[in-house]
Amino acid sequence: MVMKFFNNPEKLWNLVKILLEGLSVTGQIFILTLVFSIPLGMLVAVGRMSKKWIVRGPVSAYIYIMRGTPLMLQVMFIYFLLPRILPFKFDRFPAAIFAFTINYAAYFAEIFRGGIQGIPKGQWEAGQVLGMKKSQTFFRVLLPQVCKRVLLPVTNEVITLVKDTALASTIAVTELMSLAKKQVSSSSSIEPYVIAMVMYLIFNGVTEQLCRLAERKLNYYQ
Amino acid sequence: MLKAENIIKSFDGLPVLRGISMEINQGEVVAIIGRSGSGKSTLLRCLNNLEKVDNGTIEIDGQALVKNGVYAPAKEQRAVCLKMGYVFQNFNLFPHMNVLKNLTEAQRCVLGREKEKAEKYAKELLKKVGLEDKALAYPGQLSGGQQQRVAIARALAMDPEILCFDEPTSALDPQLTQEVLSVIRALSREKRTMAVVTHEMAFAREVADRVVFMQEGVIVAEGAPDNVFNDPRVKVFIGKNDNDDGID
Ligand SMILES: Nc1ncnc2c1ncn2[C@@H]1O[C@H](COP(=O)(O)OP(=O)(O)OP(=O)(O)O)[C@@H](O)[C@H]1O
Ligand SMILES: [Mg+2]
Repeated sequence: MVMKFFNNPEKLWNLVKILLEGLSVTGQIFILTLVFSIPLGMLVAVGRMSKKWIVRGPVSAYIYIMRGTPLMLQVMFIYFLLPRILPFKFDRFPAAIFAFTINYAAYFAEIFRGGIQGIPKGQWEAGQVLGMKKSQTFFRVLLPQVCKRVLLPVTNEVITLVKDTALASTIAVTELMSLAKKQVSSSSSIEPYVIAMVMYLIFNGVTEQLCRLAERKLNYYQ
Repeated sequence: MLKAENIIKSFDGLPVLRGISMEINQGEVVAIIGRSGSGKSTLLRCLNNLEKVDNGTIEIDGQALVKNGVYAPAKEQRAVCLKMGYVFQNFNLFPHMNVLKNLTEAQRCVLGREKEKAEKYAKELLKKVGLEDKALAYPGQLSGGQQQRVAIARALAMDPEILCFDEPTSALDPQLTQEVLSVIRALSREKRTMAVVTHEMAFAREVADRVVFMQEGVIVAEGAPDNVFNDPRVKVFIGKNDNDDGID
């Protein structure tokens, strides 16, 4: 293998700087996706559990589509095909955020639904006989318990998301993966991939530690 | 105080309550007894709005929860039910809150009591059920009997006019049963209005002012303990019940 960067500190530093910019875009996709998809996932979970089929039906169909088709296809569909159907066009970055958000919301929704349905009915009833409104029981009694129950499956999804952000490169969002690809083809060396890999690993390591911290925080009971 | 008239309730077409009328008066302890499946829990759950009746009237202090099968608006339902407290067979404490928080949460968010006041009252009630040293424990760290006593204190914290128990000791070992029964006994001495569904016949006879005997969704005998326990149908039931206990 011909080394073009690892034997030249200055070139290496330049490459790292370029890829760090990509990493910051990756980080933005990651954070924005979580910020939007977790609350949306909660709403979807509530819709999925609705007693009214007119709500439950479409929501189930949405979850089925999101989980039943490749995320890469969804990303391309939203960026390339949606503008032909709808009278507006997304820029690359918002298109990626939108695609990731609606995809991850579907997965989170199923996790939250499992978490909510796993809480004994008696907890709802206890809230009710103490005079709490449904919303009070939900936020004060159910939600904290649901958080603890879903933490592990949510952590898994979050770690998958770190890697899935690379799919934004299919619509040429300038995140870590596409910049690494570009550097590889312009330098005909695979070293940029190695650096990108290390960056993903560090990103995931930090994410995992944060999730562990949350787990420890929620371990105050049982 | 509480008045129920002609309560009808079925589950999936299966009639469970077939025209129940009863009253609970101020300061009175009513024991509800009857064979398994006779509808005791369903009745108590209907009175506490945990199940919806198909028809009938339930009112407390003249305020209707449901009148001839038509329920009051949600807000009024909550107001009526606040006059009632309910203690579950399996406690249903909030596992993520310590004992103190279990007792103060609804005081604060439902009654709007201030934190200090709610905590002071909670501690008084914990003392009453003999658990003042467990204020900071989590439910998972307590025995079943202790959990049930916390649940009783939690219900009392809302100052209900009527306290309802659905087999409060049937999930407990015999020793733990006694500690819970003695709390209920103490409450009856304070002349608290209570309705207790129970299989503990000796206890019913001892604390109840009135016993209601249910069979297949209707009340077949009702009155002072001595009268009801001498009713032939009740005698047959108690004989059976003793046998059941033997098998258990
Ligand atoms: N949620 C429900 N759905 C369907 N059927 C129910 C439901 N709850 C109770 N039932 C039925 O209603 C009947 C009366 O039940 P209930 O629990 O009121 O009896 P009980 O007198 O409390 O009995 P036990 O002494 O065993 O607690 C039973 O046949 C039971 O199977
Ligand atoms: Mg029962």
